[in-house]
Amino acid sequence: MEYILNPWPWYVSGPLISLVMALLLYFGKTFGMSSNLRTMCSIIGAGKTTSFFKFNWKEQIWNLIVVLGAIIGGFITTHYLSNDSLTDLNPATVVELQNMGFENSGATLVPNEMYSIEALTSPKGLLLLILGGLLVGFGTRYAGGCTSGHAITGLSSLQKPSLIAVIGFFIGGLIMTNFILPLIF
Amino acid sequence: MKYLKFLLVGIFFGIVLVKSEAVSWYRIYEMFRFQSFHMYGIIGTAIASGILFLQISKRGIVKSIKGADIFVPKKEKGITRYIIGGIIFGFGWALIGACPGPMYILLGTGVYSMIVVIIAAILGTYIYGVLKDKLPH
Repeated sequence: MEYILNPWPWYVSGPLISLVMALLLYFGKTFGMSSNLRTMCSIIGAGKTTSFFKFNWKEQIWNLIVVLGAIIGGFITTHYLSNDSLTDLNPATVVELQNMGFENSGATLVPNEMYSIEALTSPKGLLLLILGGLLVGFGTRYAGGCTSGHAITGLSSLQKPSLIAVIGFFIGGLIMTNFILPLIF
Repeated sequence: MKYLKFLLVGIFFGIVLVKSEAVSWYRIYEMFRFQSFHMYGIIGTAIASGILFLQISKRGIVKSIKGADIFVPKKEKGITRYIIGGIIFGFGWALIGACPGPMYILLGTGVYSMIVVIIAAILGTYIYGVLKDKLPH
């Protein structure tokens, strides 16, 4: 039981993620966690004005069910499959974040400095969450996939477009973390 | 009932991503600072085992549930959309510390502010859909 309750090592987690991809391919579908965003636009009625959202979203219900499952999985894990262990971060990371104003790094999955009610109700905090969401939603559709679609599925099937996209993910991520985050915090 | 298997896969995915800490904002930060091997190990072993699975299935050893060949759709050719879209995605990923899968999973763990991020992501997708024909691909 300890093995389950403690955080799982990378060499267990990585293959299990590819098992998710394999299962979905086995069921005749694909592994992509961002296409549901397009589906939701379509459900709300965006297809009436924009052709990109004009498709039979009912064929995508299975993907929304995967999303629902992912939410439930998150709930189950926090409530029943976790102990109080902290994220085993590099001490240098913790110090660095502390200097930027992030306290108790690794005690939670996301920093309270960005996701607590106080942060959410402050103009800066709200703006950052909205901006982040916009960038992810816009970027993922522009690039035609996200981490699951490009980094896992695309690279596993040795596709060049996915390699380019993943290089893009990293260029963007490196710039944000190394140059922009220190300006924001 | 035909959706039950997808619900179970989703639940499994959610569990794996929380237990692996891949949904941790701090892990993403650490990765982009090259201060930990953890995320590289996860992504690397995921791709390695994915390649192995697809190479095996390519030889017809594994078939889909309906008996057809395992099929991975090909991404359209191109460079511009992948590099620019990728960079924009990377900005958002590193800022909020979550890509689309983890957004939902974190909501399940009780990070309710994630609803704001998800709505913004839907809006971002909508903006792309509107601007699509004007953007270089």
